[in-house]
Amino acid sequence: MIELLTSLLAITLRSGTSLIYATIGEIYTERSGVLNLGIEGMMLMSAVTSFAVVYHTGSLLLAILTAMAVGGLLASVHAFLSITMRANQVVSGLSITLFGAGMASFLGQRLGPETNSGYLVGLVGAKFEPLNIPVLSRIPVVGALFNQDILTYIVYLVLPLAWYYLYKTRNGLNLRAVGENPQTADAMGINVGKVRYIYTIIGGMLVGIGGAHLSLSYAPGWTENITGGRGWIVIALVIFSMWNPARAIWGALLFGGINAVQFRLQASGTNIPASYLNMLPYLATVVVLVMLTWWEALSKRVGAPSSLAKSYMREDK
Amino acid sequence: MSHPILEMKGITKRFPNVVANDRVDLELYPGEVLALLGENGAGKSSLMNVVAGLYRADEGEIFIRGKRVEINSPRDSMNLGVGMVHQNFMLVDTMTVAENIILGLPDIPFRVDMEKVNERIRELSEKYNLQVDPESYIWQLSVGEQQRVEILKLIYRGAEILILDEPTAVLTPQESKELNRVLQQMTSEGKSAVFITHKMEEVMAFSNWVRVLNKGRLVTVKETQKTNPKELAQLMVGRDVLFRLAKKERQTGDVILDLKDVQALDDKGLPALQSISLQIRAGEIMGVAGVAGNGQKQLVEVLTGLRKITGGQIRIFGEEMANKNPLEIINCGVSHIPADRIARGVAGDMSVAGNLAMKCYRKPPLVKRGILHPRRIIDLAKRMIDMFRIDTPTPQTHAKFLSGGNIQKIILAREIDACGGVLIAAYPSRGLDVGATEYIRSQMIEQSECGTAILLISEDLEELMTVADKIMVLYEGRIMDILASSEANTEQIGLLMAGVTEGKTAVGHA
Ligand SMILES: Nc1ncnc2c1ncn2[C@@H]1O[C@H](COP(=O)(O)OP(=O)(O)O)[C@@H](O)[C@H]1O
Ligand SMILES: [Mg+2]
Repeated sequence: MIELLTSLLAITLRSGTSLIYATIGEIYTERSGVLNLGIEGMMLMSAVTSFAVVYHTGSLLLAILTAMAVGGLLASVHAFLSITMRANQVVSGLSITLFGAGMASFLGQRLGPETNSGYLVGLVGAKFEPLNIPVLSRIPVVGALFNQDILTYIVYLVLPLAWYYLYKTRNGLNLRAVGENPQTADAMGINVGKVRYIYTIIGGMLVGIGGAHLSLSYAPGWTENITGGRGWIVIALVIFSMWNPARAIWGALLFGGINAVQFRLQASGTNIPASYLNMLPYLATVVVLVMLTWWEALSKRVGAPSSLAKSYMREDK
Repeated sequence: MSHPILEMKGITKRFPNVVANDRVDLELYPGEVLALLGENGAGKSSLMNVVAGLYRADEGEIFIRGKRVEINSPRDSMNLGVGMVHQNFMLVDTMTVAENIILGLPDIPFRVDMEKVNERIRELSEKYNLQVDPESYIWQLSVGEQQRVEILKLIYRGAEILILDEPTAVLTPQESKELNRVLQQMTSEGKSAVFITHKMEEVMAFSNWVRVLNKGRLVTVKETQKTNPKELAQLMVGRDVLFRLAKKERQTGDVILDLKDVQALDDKGLPALQSISLQIRAGEIMGVAGVAGNGQKQLVEVLTGLRKITGGQIRIFGEEMANKNPLEIINCGVSHIPADRIARGVAGDMSVAGNLAMKCYRKPPLVKRGILHPRRIIDLAKRMIDMFRIDTPTPQTHAKFLSGGNIQKIILAREIDACGGVLIAAYPSRGLDVGATEYIRSQMIEQSECGTAILLISEDLEELMTVADKIMVLYEGRIMDILASSEANTEQIGLLMAGVTEGKTAVGHA
């Protein structure tokens, strides 16, 4: 039993890590008032490019940096379209997802070695191995927390830091004001456009790490549609966490947990058709999401940043 | 004479359809107050937004402390010691008072020490007698308290040149007095202020200079002592303004609106209206006086179907209308001019025509078999725009681009046009210039002459005395008394508003 729980928690964390990175990234982006629906495409692009880099160079660090650069680059396209050009943010984000998905699939057939006729599928490269923390990792069940790869350990730090930065620092205060009421932020001397660019791009970099975690750790290698719709789950998790980075962990663990249980069930050979089991995490996320946000909206004055997805121009009325 | 601390020369500001400022000059001297007057849409806010760095002037120069300056952003403006209270509050609702005050400040530490900030704010609010809890959230505050936060922002930043854009328009008389006192305290410390207002008493009471704008042009510069309200109003509007309106003697008819023992709760579930009984006859204007927050809002809401009553009866044209929905009440002939006209009065992103048709679009000829007739809507709108002299480039212009007075005229036009005998008007002249105010008041009198029963809520006793036939005073959700306006005087009403009846206080009675 203990062994079962330990392994469930381990899988939960492993599948939750990429979600947490991407969710925090998107929370920061949305807090500045920019809605980026390009996450799915950005995660796919960073997954494929980081795997290609690791395959050819063997450097995991270089791969992660590539993923961040790719995520940041796609996010800056979105920033340019939605902040400078004032395009509709939903349309711009969706185009990035469509572009990213198509481009990732294309690159998956070109970035591989000649011996594999350019394909990346089926290749094996370096990956993030679990790092065993002595003593701590031998605690029953909880030990699973300390038998993870480095990206997961970093997430343990990123979560509280992201929360602290948003709620306790000057920059976080300004960021929240920009997403909530850009007119006021501007009148108070905050450069609204600059703040929005910065956090859209930082958000994109974090999403990039989320994508890289899939192809470098969770499911090492490149497979078509490696994200399996995680980019969309992230959108839901952002709402679920009420735009609070500290709460990103609960949604990610819930999704990761159901995913882990579902794996177990499949492995133990139940006669529930696999497609139903695969549906489970998505279904559960949606149900819990609806229930929780409904309850939250009733009980507190928290919610989406008021100017989410609205462009701002100084002399507009 | 000393040199101006702020000087603007030949400022021109153009927007796509209008020239908001046309070669305007302005001088502000240290330690003085300059009153900036003009009708709604005259370009006062635009001119001041140029100094605040929110608008870029197309032409002209700005000098501060004698030096030519370039103001490209609010940051530049702040660094020059300019602080502005904007016409619409610039506050983030979901943040605390303290967070709002330090927002955007470059010289606070990266890790904000909120305790220290709170302490400093408490000190300042003590010094200027501006009571507000630094830890409460903006959404928890009343309008008056929010205005205090705006002032505290200027003080905290140590602004030397204060710009106040109609800061008292949304305040009760008491709150306005308090704000004026703070402003005087600040100027006595050597700060200078540009003060925009429509209230002549304020202009006369503490400004040193007056500048009047009309359609974007500077028309007058005067020393306050050498002018008077009548002259200023005339300069603003470009014609004589009647502060006293002629009211014909008229016959009142049957009882149209009849409230018996009406009771209702406020949003917190506390009693807001307690046994309200009143009758308004056809052709009668009933004024409602009272300090804000004594049940006016709830009274309007129960009469328009926006709030349930917990006891009593509401009869309109003899029919029981208590707790009916707004549409049923509209169909019964009730029109409503809401207090918050931006939130409840117009749809800003809809055209002027759409807003004008918003009440009668369900009926022919505007609709036929469920399909709207855009041409007929435009025709109707054109007629109403003419009749009510609404100043709009086209009927298709979005309502939000109009000035406050013209937005109010849209609502008035729509509500009067669709009025079936009852008009509920909440603060209809709030924030309007003298010309628009006069117009709205005369429209209400005209309507009552046609037999409409009108309930007029106002914080302006002068308005109640001139427009209403009877004045009822609300205090803590009760009617203190109903007086004939021809026999009432402001002192008497003022006492009733404070809950005093003939020497004894009303608290505990009933
Ligand atoms: N941001 C803007 N965009 C377009 N038109 C504007 C804007 N701000 C003001 N205007 C127009 O400029 C004119 C002057 O407006 P404003 O300065 O607000 O007048 P006031 O403050 O005197 O009432 C009005 O016609 C108004 O509609
Ligand atoms: Mg104005």
